[in-house]
Amino acid sequence: MQSESAILKPQNVTRHVDKVGVLICGLLLYAALVPPFVSFRANRIVQGEGRFLLDSMPPPVGYGLIGIIILAAAVALFVANTKVRLATAFAALVALAVAVGLSASSLIPPENTYARVSAASGFWLLLAGLVVLATDAIARLDPKPLTRLILLAVSLLLLSAFLLSGLWKDLSIMKEYQSRSDIFWTEAQRHLQLALGSVFAAMLAGIPLGVLCFKVERIRAAMLNSLNIIQTIPSIALFGLLIAPLGWIGTHVPGASQIGIRGIGAAPAFVALFLYSLLPIVSNTVVGLAGVSPAVRDAARGIGMTGRQSLFKVEFPLALPIILTGIRIVMVQNIGLATIAALIGGGGFGVFVFQGIGQTAMDLVLLGTIPTVILGFAAAILLDALIDSKLLSRGKAR
Amino acid sequence: MIEIEGLTKRYGEATVVDNVSLAVQPQSVTVIVGTSGSGKTTLLRMINRLVEPTSGLIRIDGRNVLDLPGFELRRSIGYAIQGHGLFPHRTVAQNIATVPELLGWDRQRVSAKVHELLTLFQLDPKLYADRFPSELSGGQQQRVGVARALAAEPNILLMDEPFGALDPIIRAKAQEDLLAIQKKLGVTIVLVTHDMDEAFFLADRIAVMDKGKVVQYGPPAELVLNPATPFVRTLIGERERPLRLLSVATVSEIVEPGEAEGEPLTGSLSQRDALSAMLWAGRDSLPVVGTDGQKIGRIRRETLLQQAAGRS
Repeated sequence: MQSESAILKPQNVTRHVDKVGVLICGLLLYAALVPPFVSFRANRIVQGEGRFLLDSMPPPVGYGLIGIIILAAAVALFVANTKVRLATAFAALVALAVAVGLSASSLIPPENTYARVSAASGFWLLLAGLVVLATDAIARLDPKPLTRLILLAVSLLLLSAFLLSGLWKDLSIMKEYQSRSDIFWTEAQRHLQLALGSVFAAMLAGIPLGVLCFKVERIRAAMLNSLNIIQTIPSIALFGLLIAPLGWIGTHVPGASQIGIRGIGAAPAFVALFLYSLLPIVSNTVVGLAGVSPAVRDAARGIGMTGRQSLFKVEFPLALPIILTGIRIVMVQNIGLATIAALIGGGGFGVFVFQGIGQTAMDLVLLGTIPTVILGFAAAILLDALIDSKLLSRGKAR
Repeated sequence: MIEIEGLTKRYGEATVVDNVSLAVQPQSVTVIVGTSGSGKTTLLRMINRLVEPTSGLIRIDGRNVLDLPGFELRRSIGYAIQGHGLFPHRTVAQNIATVPELLGWDRQRVSAKVHELLTLFQLDPKLYADRFPSELSGGQQQRVGVARALAAEPNILLMDEPFGALDPIIRAKAQEDLLAIQKKLGVTIVLVTHDMDEAFFLADRIAVMDKGKVVQYGPPAELVLNPATPFVRTLIGERERPLRLLSVATVSEIVEPGEAEGEPLTGSLSQRDALSAMLWAGRDSLPVVGTDGQKIGRIRRETLLQQAAGRS
């Protein structure tokens, strides 16, 4: 009897406990108490020393934050209401953001311009735990596309508010930004040009190519296989391969060098990103068109549509959600991949990443990485919302 | 009037439709039956040139179908298929409006036509016009498919297994509705099916296809009484011949003067249903009334049995 009840007991408890919540709860409590919250360095490049949460900020702030984290952990574990979970996650994220700023300001001695404070593993794990709590809640709520866009906008507005408030001005990453604020925005612009421009060019070329591959079966396998091979070439190797032909075009084609076509720089980066984008767009166009039901295609022809009318009025609109999924894949992929462009002088956020690696200044690496991650995340949410919206796939047969 | 002369379709070595000639009377229902692979669908699809003939000639109202570009020809011929082929991204109204829009009708004429057809097919325009096909039942989708085929007021309607995806009860209703609409609009229907009950219910004339050839073409009763080949006999079903015969004739054809007891039958009822009613009622004769409910006479079981045996 005794052993039986001992087995039954934990089951009775877990019935009321959220499974994902157990993970989040454990992560949050561990992150708040065990690893250092921030790291302090006497100057920019020396080894940092970890500071625990309570040692790194004024006690009231520290205890306040720990209280909020414990509350969030409890909510993750016991509260089933997803809206409460989401609100708690957001509130705790705001508290975490405030605390890390206050921590930096309190740790750096007045008038000291060399000392650096940057977020350490404790902070990052707390951030990860809370983001998982928030995204899990959002996934469970399964919000409408518009609601998701509003959530994205609110998050980005909150982030900008923090950046503009000066609360984070003593964090090392913000100091890196302040000394580079002018080139940061030119590199940001270049990054977007590379990532979005190459996707746009790949759409212009890839969708017609996809239609062609679908209509002419003979070239389909050849085309998709060659694009597949391009996809497998490592990006750095592709840059190298492009130096010779683009360099030749730059010197021999009149006007080419004026518009920036050279063996190194933005041109090969753009071409490489364009080539990487082609496969998902072409293959998704083929798959999307092939997914149109034969009855629908037969009806379109049978009631008197020309081939072109059937393509534009029926087949293409029905394939659009799948084509958009391909575009979403390359958009997110290219936002990340554009970082590599800096290696061959193409600019973009990668400039900070590679400078940071060269100087062993991890905060500079983060200055390049964090905006890239946020951009990719935002692009994914934006395009997912577009794909799911009834705007494009109205009445799509399920 | 559709005249088909010496029509042949070959794919490489295989002859799918072999030297077929037949004439479809205007404002009638012609049903092409046959087993799968008999070439019936290919024959149908050559009429609106979804399949181009290898040789032979098709004339519609005296005009060679090859004189027009294929897509223009198809806009003038209604086309409805199994599984309806509705465009899932367009509303019911947009689906029905497809061909009129291709023909460049003005907006008012298009919306009037859509309204008229939805009403004709017993779909309240207020309720259904803005729905998507996925929001309709199978029977409703099928009706919208036929409505779309009729939107540009074609004289000819080609149908390929149009009721194949429907369950039996909805199918029977859809068949009745189709006949009513055919009578109302006076459209010529050529329909392909493998269902002999459907063929006998709908057809003015049946064309039986076997291995690419039309082996018999005539009124349903003729197929029962004088099957041209053993294949036709098998297709009809030997044991079902009496009931098939009764199913294609109406009560009004054998009504005679006189009085009878019991629940009256209407003159438009099929003789098969009349016999069924009579057996169930356990009577030798039943009174017959017209559509206005006026008594017009009686029918006797004896007459029905003679009809069923093919002795009329």
